Amino acid sequence: MSVRRLAKEQPASFAFSAETLETANWWIAKYPAARRQSAVIPILWLVQKQEGWVSEPAIRAIADLLGMAVIRVMEVVTFYTMFQLEPVGKAALIQVCGTTPCALRGANALMDLCKKEIGAKDHLSSDGLFTWQEVECLGACVNAPMAQINDYYFEDLTPESLAGIIADFRAGKSPKAGSYSGRHTSEPAGGALTLTDPSLYDGSAAKPIAKLPNLPEPETAA
Amino acid sequence: MVGILEDKDRIFTNLYGFHDWGLEAAKKRGAWNATADMLSAGRLWVIDQIKNSGLRGRGGAGFGTGLKWSFMPKEVGERPHYLVVNADESEPGTCKDREIMRHDPHLFIEGCLIASFAMQAHACYIYIRGEYVREREVMEAAIKQAYEAKLVGKDNIHGWDFDIYIHHGAGAYICGEETALLESLEGKKGQPRLKPPFPAGAGLYGCPTTVNNVESIAVVGTILRRGAGWFAGFGRPNNTGTKLMCISGHVERPCNVEEVMSIPLKQVLEEHCGGVRGGWGNLKAVIPGGSSVPMITAEQCETALLDFDSLRELRSGLGTAAVIVMDKSTDLVRAIARISYFYKHESCGQCTPCREGTGWMWRVMERMAKGDADPKEIDLLIEVTTQVEGHTICALGDAAAWPIQGLFRHFRHEVEERIANYRSGKPHVQGATLVAAE
Repeated sequence: MSVRRLAKEQPASFAFSAETLETANWWIAKYPAARRQSAVIPILWLVQKQEGWVSEPAIRAIADLLGMAVIRVMEVVTFYTMFQLEPVGKAALIQVCGTTPCALRGANALMDLCKKEIGAKDHLSSDGLFTWQEVECLGACVNAPMAQINDYYFEDLTPESLAGIIADFRAGKSPKAGSYSGRHTSEPAGGALTLTDPSLYDGSAAKPIAKLPNLPEPETAA
Repeated sequence: MVGILEDKDRIFTNLYGFHDWGLEAAKKRGAWNATADMLSAGRLWVIDQIKNSGLRGRGGAGFGTGLKWSFMPKEVGERPHYLVVNADESEPGTCKDREIMRHDPHLFIEGCLIASFAMQAHACYIYIRGEYVREREVMEAAIKQAYEAKLVGKDNIHGWDFDIYIHHGAGAYICGEETALLESLEGKKGQPRLKPPFPAGAGLYGCPTTVNNVESIAVVGTILRRGAGWFAGFGRPNNTGTKLMCISGHVERPCNVEEVMSIPLKQVLEEHCGGVRGGWGNLKAVIPGGSSVPMITAEQCETALLDFDSLRELRSGLGTAAVIVMDKSTDLVRAIARISYFYKHESCGQCTPCREGTGWMWRVMERMAKGDADPKEIDLLIEVTTQVEGHTICALGDAAAWPIQGLFRHFRHEVEERIANYRSGKPHVQGATLVAAE
């Protein structure tokens, strides 16, 4: 378990933006009418997208919107680690995966670089632009080491490429997500060894199937 | 040719995303072909075919998928049935469902329709882990395409009213456990439920529910198109089919690949991944099924097959077929200590043995990684792992215990050596220091 508390300094109020509210209602409509509570995680996420973090007034507003007790929303927000309970860097929130598969391929060097470039873990940098965190497995292990920056995955990183990415964010640019070693996605480096047969893609798989295998014999009309 | 499986027998033909994921391109690759015929053959036929194919759940536990579907009530009562797909892929080492969702979403959506039909569900929720933002965007777009083409939705061309919704989590590994996932989907903390009642009796919103892994669902359409016998023809009996494998760690070229079950581990590493970094002789240990299973040694890797039974005989497991390779430069104790930290971080805190045990085991492992421990503590640690294992509501306690047990089963001598050497080079007099005064 990780201990998570709300920030000491909280804003006085919170209001949903029109866009957030519209998307929130779209989420609520996905669940049966009596189960609005199901939308709490997606809506907390929307609020975090709007504000950058989740504040106590926002928690109260969400509880109102979904007809939940405030404590139930509080439970959720402190349980799930993707919710930032304090303001984070305006330019980038860098979440470096530190779990074993990434650690085997050099995640610790990435974290050392973050320490040098940004400062202490889990703290807003002095210029307010960056926060970096060590997070648990992000599920991109064959592209290790990697980091999630804001929303997207930056994969196959080295300290050099990560330094370049941080510099880009600092300069107000938005570097592209994906692999930084020239791979397309998760194929072996140097090019895919499988899925090279052109007949997979020429439309022959879409030809109508006359009869599915193992279909029961149609019963003859008596 | 590399590996055993031929291209013509691969299910995920856009695994690497070199082609368009959109509906038209997916149809060209075979998705949504003859789906209506499958449904018109009846739900019992679908379940029978999946049973005959030998498909075992791809999420780690390996429970028969067809059998699981057959546990749903035969008749729909007052409560609707639900299919919930577990796309909360967070097991360290595993990154296969991600490729399905962002590159072959239509195979997956088709599978959801067929599976829902087989269990008489008119609604399906896909629970994607919160971090997979890109994957979620693709899935939302693909579902929109499927609705527009009337492949799903009310009055669709398949004649089975069916709604499909995306839901997402927010960074909790435990939500990959099926009942924790249901709690989370209901808008609560993801703490596993006691079973029974099983989800097939009372699952989402108290209604009959089946929870399946993404890969288990996404292969269903192709199995029915090509026949249960085709799928069952790969691998050994009881371990049939093809499987997405994720090979990470110290290989020359880490990658995802679809291969036949029961392929020799060595062949996968040598042919698909360019071998172990520094040559086969440099291999130290492999975690063959995601961080939750015990490691096996280089010697065992010579003969191990990647399937449920072979790895169980080695007292490990296939899990999600996420192979984590570690060469001789690896500090195994530190690697396992990091995994212990993972479980400490991800324990939901509901059961005392796990909440307290994972933290305790991690702290001891950290000391052992430094060597700052007593040799007697090794047995104490193993004893504690056996007291956590099997004494919790869900399997996270077991998953935290097994990697540590695996380490000591094969590499106890390394830890003992480290403890023995810890004092050497350290001052023998209290307060003294080896660094000369400047």
